[in-house]
Amino acid sequence: MANADYETHEHDVLVIGAGGAGLRAAIEAAAQGVSVGLVCKSLLGKAHTVMAEGGIAASLGNVWPEDNWQVHFRDTMRGGKMLNNWRMAQLHAQEAPDRVLELERWGALFDRTKDGRILQRDFGGHRYARLAHVGDRTGLEMIRTLQYHGIHQGIDVYMECKVERLLKDGDRVCGAFGYWRNTGKFVFFKAKAIVLATGGVGKAWKVTSNSWEYTGDGHSLALWAGADLIDMEFVQFHPTGMVWPPSVRGILVTEGVRGDGGTLKNTKGERFMFNYIPEFFKGETADNEAEADRWYTDKKNNRRTPDLLPRDEVARAINAEIKGGRGTPHDGVLLDICTRRPADYIRKRLPSMYHQFKELAGVDITKEPMEVGPTCHYIMGGVRVDADTTAATVKGLFAAGEVAGGMHGSNRLGGNSLSDLLVFGRRAGLYAALYAKDFGGPLTVESSQVESLAREMLAPFTRSGGENPYAIQADLQETMQNLVGLIRTEHELREALKRIESLKHRAGRTHIDGGRTYNPGWHMALDLASLLTVAECCTLAALERRESRGGHTRDDHPYTDDAWGKINVVIRQRQGALALSREPLPEMPAELRALFQERK
Amino acid sequence: MAQFTMRVFRGDPSGGGFQDYTVEPEEGMVVLDVIHRIQATQANDLACRWNCKAGKCGSCSAEVNGKPRLMCMTRMDLFQPGDTITVAPIRTFPLIRDLVTDVSYNYEKAKQVPPLRLKPPEPDGTYRMMQEDIDRIQEFHKCIECFLCQDVCHVIRDHEDKKRVFSGPRFFIKLASLDMHPLDTRDRSSFITENAGIGLCNITKCCTEVCPEHIHITDNGIIPLKERAADSLDPIVWLLRRFRGQKSRPA
Repeated sequence: MANADYETHEHDVLVIGAGGAGLRAAIEAAAQGVSVGLVCKSLLGKAHTVMAEGGIAASLGNVWPEDNWQVHFRDTMRGGKMLNNWRMAQLHAQEAPDRVLELERWGALFDRTKDGRILQRDFGGHRYARLAHVGDRTGLEMIRTLQYHGIHQGIDVYMECKVERLLKDGDRVCGAFGYWRNTGKFVFFKAKAIVLATGGVGKAWKVTSNSWEYTGDGHSLALWAGADLIDMEFVQFHPTGMVWPPSVRGILVTEGVRGDGGTLKNTKGERFMFNYIPEFFKGETADNEAEADRWYTDKKNNRRTPDLLPRDEVARAINAEIKGGRGTPHDGVLLDICTRRPADYIRKRLPSMYHQFKELAGVDITKEPMEVGPTCHYIMGGVRVDADTTAATVKGLFAAGEVAGGMHGSNRLGGNSLSDLLVFGRRAGLYAALYAKDFGGPLTVESSQVESLAREMLAPFTRSGGENPYAIQADLQETMQNLVGLIRTEHELREALKRIESLKHRAGRTHIDGGRTYNPGWHMALDLASLLTVAECCTLAALERRESRGGHTRDDHPYTDDAWGKINVVIRQRQGALALSREPLPEMPAELRALFQERK
Repeated sequence: MAQFTMRVFRGDPSGGGFQDYTVEPEEGMVVLDVIHRIQATQANDLACRWNCKAGKCGSCSAEVNGKPRLMCMTRMDLFQPGDTITVAPIRTFPLIRDLVTDVSYNYEKAKQVPPLRLKPPEPDGTYRMMQEDIDRIQEFHKCIECFLCQDVCHVIRDHEDKKRVFSGPRFFIKLASLDMHPLDTRDRSSFITENAGIGLCNITKCCTEVCPEHIHITDNGIIPLKERAADSLDPIVWLLRRFRGQKSRPA
């Protein structure tokens, strides 16, 4: 048990995380001719990207020739309530179409327009139908395409391997230490450059669309290695998760349902979204049912339905309806597509949703409405990166995808995640490879760092009578759900911090039965460190930002404050303690600012 | 809901056996929920794979009462209260621990599949494909790689000596999807016969029966591949295809 031996692998670029961003980064780095290792926490092809449903946002202009990167950029910034890193949003909007076409060249088969081009669907906050998709299983198509392209690029893939800590040589990263999940043996990766592509933090909440993997690993690895995190208060609660039966609560219901004609109703049968149109979006949103209904067939002369407002707006509206007593007995509202669309259309466009409701809830969505409510889905905040290169604030470290912050500001638009993974995954792989090529001098790693870490990781096996790691995780999920949820307030956030502190003490006393071979209890005990770290970061940042914006709503500060609109909350770890600071947002150049003056 | 006895396999390659756990599922629970409940409260170290819990990732394959299924899509109300439900690892692949098996065979076979080789694009640099030309392939692309089809395939299950020259149903539909891809120009016929071993499949359709995505693996994938393999040996069909400019030569 106390065997702290480890094997060593060496690469120019090590990519941690094998979803869309990690795979795309690995492919790009390999194309630069450097040696690449790709670490997957699960089996290859099972990462969170596989669950993405609705589509990839890219202004291909196949359905609406009027669409272009400027419109996509504007939608993205407005969706993020202007808190986005403008340069990231610009690069994203400019490069997304090329990344989608590239996937097609690698074998992806998107649904087609009548003239044989890539079909695009409507989604919340996007002015034009913009999402390239495959029914409602776009993520599966994307990860499979990247996976089968990637396995022929000479990348070394390390499956079911978890990185526990990054190691540094002076001020730069030089490697990563972790373990094989199936044997429990330790592994050390020596690397000149490291790309974090580890996804999000959603497993800290009780009602979540996220899987066991989403324990904030990359956020914590970066923080512990000295890198800055930004915008950690912004957590996206997707408006539509399943609510019934209890065992499926939180499972995602794609925004594509609303994009393809579904509307939200309360139990009185009212389309309540008309009561929740914010000033910010009034100009482009229909304020009556007749106009909204006409929009489905005539988009030129009508404004869009408020059912397709950005996710933060819709989630708050649903929450208010439920709190106001107009929700279902299971604390949900109704999402109805069967009234507007025929059964064949629904089964063709939304096959997974049809299957999921039929099998898991016994509901036929071609005949009855779905019951839905908000579910924790995505974190906008993450590792602070340079927009062009994805470089973090520690040398040799790069980050792309959900683990990186800035791109989505205070709220992400649906469909902008898959495109983000491709655009910045590619950039991360490219710049990590260039960094590795330029790297001078040998990599030196102090072996004492590794040995003490190994001993620490094995401690849960040798303690007697400690805590059950599953119970600690459940208590954390309860805390974050109740106190750091969709609607926040100072005294609850302070209470959350107290509870997190006590959970940290408990997490230091976990006890594990069994051995090191594929032991999920041990894996959970180790994941608690990062999960508690990100929970604390989110809570601290939420306490700091005294306004409401996007994925951060403060009951005690209900308005958006222009002064806060120019500030990122930055978190870093110094001498073992978390330090917060308010730092100015990068300023958008005049030619891009002009895009917001036109066409109000 | 009443109590159930879950008889779960616990063990590793050195040995093991079934162990009983009593659980009281809540409404709507699936087998995976019950396994998680056992893990959280009775056996912290119970090994199982899972990710999406919604039939999308294909991680939680197991044999429930002897039937290969996704645990996340198997509802507890399929069973009668008081029933004993056995949960065992998929048995074709080597055991790692409890419900987790070593599925690396599939990843090795995946790597051998000759990838897409594109034809040149349209003059505008993009490609056109009509929906009706890709409907069939999109069916194959629904595959979530749960490997249940590989688990029940007699060739893989019972003939260790054939594994080297046989890919299994998952990779037959992968090959079929590449072969039918409107943009592909590669000739995989000798690979399909010699390396993937299409001839070893005797069309018992066990793979199709267990597919949680309801892909018509045999009818839409394997049989067309077998026909094509037979055609490629027929000199007249081969000549016709060359004259018609259908896919034959590597570009």
